[in-house]
Amino acid sequence: MKALQFKRNIGRYAAARIAGSFTPGRGSSVGPLKLADLDAPEMPGPDWVQVRPRLSGICGSDLATIDGRSARYFEPLVSFPFVPGHEVVGDLTDGTRVVLEPVLGCVSRNLDPTCPSCAAGHLGNCQHTTFGNLEPGIQTGSCHDTGGGWATAFAAHPSQLHPVADTLSDEEAVMIEPTACGVHAALKAQGAATIAILGAGTLGLVTIAALRAQNPDAQILTTARYPHQRRLAAQLGADHVVAPQEIRRAARRHTGSRAISLHTDDGAVDRLSGGVDAVVDCVGSSESITDGLAITRPGGRIVLVGMPSQVSLELTPLWHREIQLIGAYTYGTETAADGTPVRTFDLAADLVSTADLGQLVSAVYPLNRYQDALEHAAGAGRRGAVKIAFDLRSEKERDQL
Amino acid sequence: MSSNADPYKTSNKHLAPRPGFVLDVDRSSPPILFHHGDQFKLEKLPAGRSRVIYPPEPLEGLADPEGAIRHALANPIGDSEPLAALLHPDMKLTIAFDDISLPLPPMRRPDIRQRIIEAVLDLAAEAGVDDVHLIAALAIHRRMTEDELRHAVGDRVYDAFAPSGRLYNHDAEDPDGMVVLGETPHGEDVQFSRRAAESDLVVYVNINIVSMDGGHKSTATGLSGYTSLRHHHNVHTMRNSTSFMDQKNSALHASNWRMGEVIRDAGVKIFQIETTINNNTFGRTGPLSVLQKREWEWNAKDRASFIAMQKGLEVLPSKSRRKIFSSWQAPYEMTSIQAGEVEAVHEITTANVFKQQSVAVEGQTDILTMGLPYICPYNVNSIMNPILVMCLGLGYFFNMYRGKPLVREGGVLIMSHPTPWEFHPVHHPSYIDFFEEVLADTTDPIEIERKYEKKYAEDEWYIHLYRNSYAYHGVHPFYMWYWGSHALQHLGRVIVVGGDPAAVQRMGFQSASTLQDALEMASDVVGPQATITHVKNPPIFMSDVT
Repeated sequence: MKALQFKRNIGRYAAARIAGSFTPGRGSSVGPLKLADLDAPEMPGPDWVQVRPRLSGICGSDLATIDGRSARYFEPLVSFPFVPGHEVVGDLTDGTRVVLEPVLGCVSRNLDPTCPSCAAGHLGNCQHTTFGNLEPGIQTGSCHDTGGGWATAFAAHPSQLHPVADTLSDEEAVMIEPTACGVHAALKAQGAATIAILGAGTLGLVTIAALRAQNPDAQILTTARYPHQRRLAAQLGADHVVAPQEIRRAARRHTGSRAISLHTDDGAVDRLSGGVDAVVDCVGSSESITDGLAITRPGGRIVLVGMPSQVSLELTPLWHREIQLIGAYTYGTETAADGTPVRTFDLAADLVSTADLGQLVSAVYPLNRYQDALEHAAGAGRRGAVKIAFDLRSEKERDQL
Repeated sequence: MSSNADPYKTSNKHLAPRPGFVLDVDRSSPPILFHHGDQFKLEKLPAGRSRVIYPPEPLEGLADPEGAIRHALANPIGDSEPLAALLHPDMKLTIAFDDISLPLPPMRRPDIRQRIIEAVLDLAAEAGVDDVHLIAALAIHRRMTEDELRHAVGDRVYDAFAPSGRLYNHDAEDPDGMVVLGETPHGEDVQFSRRAAESDLVVYVNINIVSMDGGHKSTATGLSGYTSLRHHHNVHTMRNSTSFMDQKNSALHASNWRMGEVIRDAGVKIFQIETTINNNTFGRTGPLSVLQKREWEWNAKDRASFIAMQKGLEVLPSKSRRKIFSSWQAPYEMTSIQAGEVEAVHEITTANVFKQQSVAVEGQTDILTMGLPYICPYNVNSIMNPILVMCLGLGYFFNMYRGKPLVREGGVLIMSHPTPWEFHPVHHPSYIDFFEEVLADTTDPIEIERKYEKKYAEDEWYIHLYRNSYAYHGVHPFYMWYWGSHALQHLGRVIVVGGDPAAVQRMGFQSASTLQDALEMASDVVGPQATITHVKNPPIFMSDVT
């Protein structure tokens, strides 16, 4: 089968880091990622099935890996070599169209009893991602045994698969996984009347859509760097869209706060006296988290959705203003308004349809143009794009399996 | 009176000043000097279809300003007794004076305000008046710093009054310090300084640099707040002030006059002292004198000093250039002083303003060009941000006319200014928000007024900064935008030469890198052989367009 494979190679990893620091996405040309002709992965267990991807998205965490920027935290949580790709819509051998919920929790690892998190349906919090009958890997796309979506085939456990309604296009279906991340994050900001979303890339935009769906009356303020992001942010439900450097002043205006300056009364806005109830940070940088701390009201919360790496932060405001900084990783089972459990993917599928999130897929590439695809994805904002995906529907190897 | 000499005699030290002049540009015309913020450009205007309006040369100043001041106080105009007769022990006296926005640039010491205030205080002391307060009548402008107050009133006055809290900046947001005196027949609230309202006499000390200044506006605006200002600092008023420099056709003027009547009827007694100055902005001699000479009269020394100045400024960072120009103090001279009853005084003042500034101009052109300087009323010791560029060009310079605008309806205005996306956070905090939020949404003055004005006017943080820091009031950038609303309605296009493209675009204008490019862009609106007027301002002048 045809696949993009990521091998452990320290030299190439270093080269990718250097190349990626000059041109985002350029790590794909010098790094450990290579187009390869591989054997299709063996099924790790009797229940497992083969999935043949139709579209497979490129995520920010993929790009961090390709450009050598991912945190060392992940080293024990992956197994080499692996095939990336976890935002997938594909076909089963019987023709059923499915989307992948890529988290490899206790069930897919054949662990019984399951960990408390998996037992509660919170797969993203699985405590056994390095155990069981699979090599380490927190998701399909980072586990050697399963393969990943950037290939013409990979292995999946039935618990990871969700049938796709006929009414959804492939472009819509491939947006379900990132949308589920946004839905999960938005639920952590539930109850907030004023919310700031930092970043308007894929995660930011789907989070805006989720927050608007969950909080019709909330005031949503968001940052967006590029014109198309501003347009989409407003279309998906943001009340106010500002440039990233304008967020502190904008949050002050919209919350009726006063500003506190490092120099008394000098008119600069270093932080707010009050602020928004919640910030959803879809960037995850030192700068964005610092902005979040500056504009969150005392007792408010910051939901960190964007994957951070090492950051440098002044945490005094977190302490002094009793701000909660909480992570939002992937998805699992949520609690509906009536108290019943509901799968995040089901909520996401509905949202993709109602908010027309398929429009966020800006371009697709065949696997052999992976360098172009990854550079496009890494520069999506400035190139007027949002989500870039690999299109495997026309790969001849796909039909030979 | 201290002498028998005519106190209004002019110094008569120079050649008789020449009146303003309109140059028809031909092929022999030299390049014309354009101000470009804190830099300069020499621009060649198209021959055969361009004209340049030059200001009148500076009138002679009064030979004995102190004598003229004493004479004016003793010989009031209109229905008023001499000032000395209005002063008595146990009275409450308030002396209000124009703020940092006048004159431009700031004048060399001694400032006219110092001279007049010292004379008034001498009379008050002779009359045994103890309860004297001095107020910088800044309405919703930023507070003046100690240095700025010292410059305006002099060290002696400052040291005598400021430490005891009797010399201070007007605070239009002080809930205990403001009072509503009534309402005009047009339903306009008249809000006023409580101290001034409760005084037995208010002496107002004015410097009239343009015909809009002075009269009832001195007190009805200078000692008021948002409650009053919103009635005339609005789009409707500005669009119906054609121009706001022409009192007979200014809705702004009419509203202030109605408010002045309410103030008078409420029993507030005002002794108005108004002065005019010449337009000796850059000096008859000295390093900047070339800026107020006509280009074809430049001699070798002028050319050399201009080139040296231009090249020197080019290599300096903008902060250094700003510092150099901020330190420039104009050698203005007082050309007249009149005191007494407000309206009678102001009539003479206005005539004296026009004596210095009026230039007769025939007809309109398709294009109006202007080189905007480094300063406007609201960036003294500060940064000329994009909103102030708009206000100076479309507000002040465009409206320096009587009769009709220099450019025809649907014509094009071309302004030269670097227009940096830069703001002074201390002085202009709400301007930053206005630029980032309001102008990102709309540049339509009506929409801006409807949607955003109240929120900014009542923003607690802006009010806090206005009262406690040195910030213009939250609503001030709105007024700057409204100031240009008549021009926005009149013009077909606005082009900024050499401006920051992003800042220019944010304001809804077009950006050009050179004047030639701008003229070409203008031809889309007014055709290829469009006629052009260039206003060579500063020094300041007023066009009487027939």
